[in-house]
Amino acid sequence: MIEIQKEITTVLEIKDLEKSFGDNHVLNGFSLQLFEGENLVVMGKSGSGKSVMIKCLVGLMQADSGSIRIKDQDITVLGQTELDLLRTEIGFLFQGSALYDSMTVRENLEFPLRRHKEKLNMTEHTEALVIEALENVGLADAIDLMPAELSGGMQRRVALARALILKPKIILYDEPTTGLDPITAKEIIQLMRSIQKKYGTSSLIITHDVDCARVISNRIILLVDGINYAEGTYQELSASNDPQVQAFFKH
Amino acid sequence: MTQSLRIVERTKAFFTEIGDLSFFAGRFFKEVFSRPFEFQELLRQCYHIGNRSLLLVGVTGFILGLVFTLQSRPTLMEFGAESWMPSMVGISIVREIGPVITALICAGRIGSGIGAELGSMRVTEQIDAMEVSGTNPFKYLVITRITATTLMLPILIVFGDAIALFGSAIVENLKGAVSYQLYFNQVFDAIEYSDVIPATIKSFFFGFAIGLVGCYKGYYCKKGTAGVGEASNSAVVYTSMLLFIIDFIAVFLADIFFEI
Repeated sequence: MIEIQKEITTVLEIKDLEKSFGDNHVLNGFSLQLFEGENLVVMGKSGSGKSVMIKCLVGLMQADSGSIRIKDQDITVLGQTELDLLRTEIGFLFQGSALYDSMTVRENLEFPLRRHKEKLNMTEHTEALVIEALENVGLADAIDLMPAELSGGMQRRVALARALILKPKIILYDEPTTGLDPITAKEIIQLMRSIQKKYGTSSLIITHDVDCARVISNRIILLVDGINYAEGTYQELSASNDPQVQAFFKH
Repeated sequence: MTQSLRIVERTKAFFTEIGDLSFFAGRFFKEVFSRPFEFQELLRQCYHIGNRSLLLVGVTGFILGLVFTLQSRPTLMEFGAESWMPSMVGISIVREIGPVITALICAGRIGSGIGAELGSMRVTEQIDAMEVSGTNPFKYLVITRITATTLMLPILIVFGDAIALFGSAIVENLKGAVSYQLYFNQVFDAIEYSDVIPATIKSFFFGFAIGLVGCYKGYYCKKGTAGVGEASNSAVVYTSMLLFIIDFIAVFLADIFFEI
């Protein structure tokens, strides 16, 4: 009974999310639920509103209507301080890595730690936490390098280490494999899986990479015309006869 | 689109920008005194903005003093008024030329630098990353930079003025055989509080304008590398225009309060 309860705990919930830019209605009542320990993939064409949705999730954009609940808190009504505190429980991997290019790898990782370590009652030494995060992504040697000295794949790994440094419960990935060669993309996907296993995080992954979705997803939602058009496991959706769904999975 | 419609659109866009810039300035005053304070970043910015501009301001000030004195000498000699040179150069530099030229140079170096840096951070989502990590990017990036320019510019202007006067003294010493002691005695005899106080006050406003416009242009930079270039370029253009407006207001007010 306890096991069943654990399986259905919702950590993140979006209900009837709507967002428009002038006459362009990007999200038309999109909804999703992310369960604890789950890897949920949201797939959609370029410009379908995936990134807009994920930006609304972390408060970078204001939705026109709808509710977003993260760990039972509605982020649309939270004040700045509460929102900042809630954000420490969410790791965000940006599409372009978004490393602070005027700082070294070490300073990039120390940046969130310096601000939130005490609030989160983290007792470990900052240096130890930075090294641990970099070891998790296999880049302990790059600690004193500048982001410009790293390859695209290494930058993505450091960005992942930064997203993990506060040990968040939820990780949001915005196109984690975009712009990477197939081998590096596979390495990043494996890394995401190993991190999920190690820390038991819940992950929401925005992608249009079918291979990424196949390997990592427990469940997939197809975002088409601003709504959740189809939902299911990779096997269920790839076997669908719906032409719109088939368009994603045909190779 | 007809010419008149285009003019209306441009005028509308201009006033919208003025409104947005005022709102941005309002947000600065609202958040500058609230916690958390980013002292470490403020000190770093003061070092970047102040220390790294010293050479440029110094060289420009020195050349300004040399050229100004060389150009003024023949005219004053015509009237037999070479002895007025130190006081004339001193007052001109302290009151007007020093602050305005130094501020214009800093608008080019600091304003464009801030515009490009923040613009590039916006385009590469670094500002978003900062916000998502629970840090207020406005406080960390904008307030520290505007405060640093406001504090550093008066110091740079004083430094530039001193170097310009030194340049002028060299010319007077070489061409007019005026000793350095006599030159500086005459300069300080001529300069009054009514010259120094308005110049110092306006230099704070110059610094504020440079930081404000640079940060505004960079923080709201449009996407793409073209957006970064535009942010950097328009930061210099808008700041230069704003500096002259501030200078006009400062001279107008100084005339009322100090009867210069």
